[in-house]
Amino acid sequence: MSASSPAELTSPGHGGGLRDIRQSRFLLKLLVRKELKVRYRGSVLGLLWSYVKPGVQFIVFYIALGVFLGLERSPRNPEGLPNYAVYLFSGIVLINFFSEALGNASRSIVNNGNLIKKIYLPRELFPVASVWVSAVHFFPQLVVLVAGCLLAGWHPNVFQLLAAVAGFAIVGLLATGLGLLFGSANVYFRDSENLVDMLLMVATWASPVMYAWSMVEEKLGAAWFAVYQANPITIGVELFHYAFWFPTTDGTTAMPPNLFTLWTPLGLVIALAVVILGQYTFRRLEGRFAQEL
Amino acid sequence: MVNAIEVSDISKQFVLRHTRSIKEAVVWLAKGRKGDLSEKFHALKNVSVEVRTGETVALLGLNGSGKSTLLKHISGVMLPDSGTVRTRGRVAGLIEVGAGFHPDLSGRDNVFLNGAILGMTEQQVKDRFDEIVEFSEIGQFIDTEVKFYSSGMYLRLAFSVAVHTDPEVFLIDEILAVGDEPFQRKCIDKIQELARDGKTLVVVSHDLDLVSRICDRGILLEHGNVTFDGPIHEAVSILRA
Repeated sequence: MSASSPAELTSPGHGGGLRDIRQSRFLLKLLVRKELKVRYRGSVLGLLWSYVKPGVQFIVFYIALGVFLGLERSPRNPEGLPNYAVYLFSGIVLINFFSEALGNASRSIVNNGNLIKKIYLPRELFPVASVWVSAVHFFPQLVVLVAGCLLAGWHPNVFQLLAAVAGFAIVGLLATGLGLLFGSANVYFRDSENLVDMLLMVATWASPVMYAWSMVEEKLGAAWFAVYQANPITIGVELFHYAFWFPTTDGTTAMPPNLFTLWTPLGLVIALAVVILGQYTFRRLEGRFAQEL
Repeated sequence: MVNAIEVSDISKQFVLRHTRSIKEAVVWLAKGRKGDLSEKFHALKNVSVEVRTGETVALLGLNGSGKSTLLKHISGVMLPDSGTVRTRGRVAGLIEVGAGFHPDLSGRDNVFLNGAILGMTEQQVKDRFDEIVEFSEIGQFIDTEVKFYSSGMYLRLAFSVAVHTDPEVFLIDEILAVGDEPFQRKCIDKIQELARDGKTLVVVSHDLDLVSRICDRGILLEHGNVTFDGPIHEAVSILRA
């Protein structure tokens, strides 16, 4: 698998980390395609499940939170959020992407144990392929979201579209970094995947997906709100709100202060730091994968 | 002749029983690290082997002597605790054929996936695809899902992909029992053809007659130590004695 010329001796089994992925793009492509083909095998609805599941999830949350708990703005409830349905769904799709990416990446090394035990290949491919597959599944949800936005009178500008890209990038990087970290730790301690499941449950509520960020600031005060705000997923969700929900409203609802000057760059930095940490841990642990699996 | 494989002084310890939960590890720490969390044993002890380009080498020994472990070190799947392993050129393992096969994919998809796993580029797989299918004798079933294949068909296709990856060094672990006798003969012919083309072969097998037909040199392993290294016929007669 080493791409060096036959003239020199090289040490097998020492990968170049995430950089190897570029040389193995063909393999990455095939691994992603395999996952996509295998996912809905033998099911009648097939890829439609990627629409049905988030659709049902959305309806349940919308009725419970928007209608029963009164988060939706209505004549009787002027305090609520306008277009709560769009608000809710734009957060849900991003959280779904993150959950699926991290959940699958954490299990990817153990699930591909058979291969890793027998053939040397850049093992980072497996978590990265998981994130990639989740990005593909994210796409249909994005289509539904955009359709909903258009119905609600969406008219974004370029900056707002860039905000969506930034939010997606932050969450994607975070999932990759954490996936490398928990994926490699899972080989040694299978507790790791349960820890991830728990984290994912917390992640849904620890960012303003269902409720408004202003409620958090009210209850927590400025200092703790800053901690809340430093969560890259929170930043990603707020960027999505800015891109998809904000342009459907009359523009009077305030966005979190310093979202673009402070929090977006900080979110990117944190996500990149997590990728570096994940990569470092992965490389420390991967030498013994073959015998531990 | 230059060396294709240089294994110098490698040792490898294995952990026999290993805890899989944090709870057990914490309990162990709380008890003041009493007792060993795991047992260890040496799979390889100070093993040094040099293989020149174009040599055909058999690794021989009883079960558990460390043959497959050594092969895994050469392929890079495992890293030694001490010592170094160095190889020249692309190394491909015909280690347990079909490891990268997915039962729900068609034969065609699996050829591409497996080829890529074994280090082929997209172009290489495309160029050799017809050859691979022809060699495997799968014929019209190539677009059928692999889970419907008979075990013989499965192995034939897997072997065919592996043998067409065209690396400089081939590692072969106990896979020569492929399919029925005609196909087995065809595989052995193919391997001998590779040897004639100047490929380096390292073979692990318990089939001593077969090994002495393919290889020139035999390395005998016992409990992780090299006990003999020389012409294949002497190695086989020592093992049979």
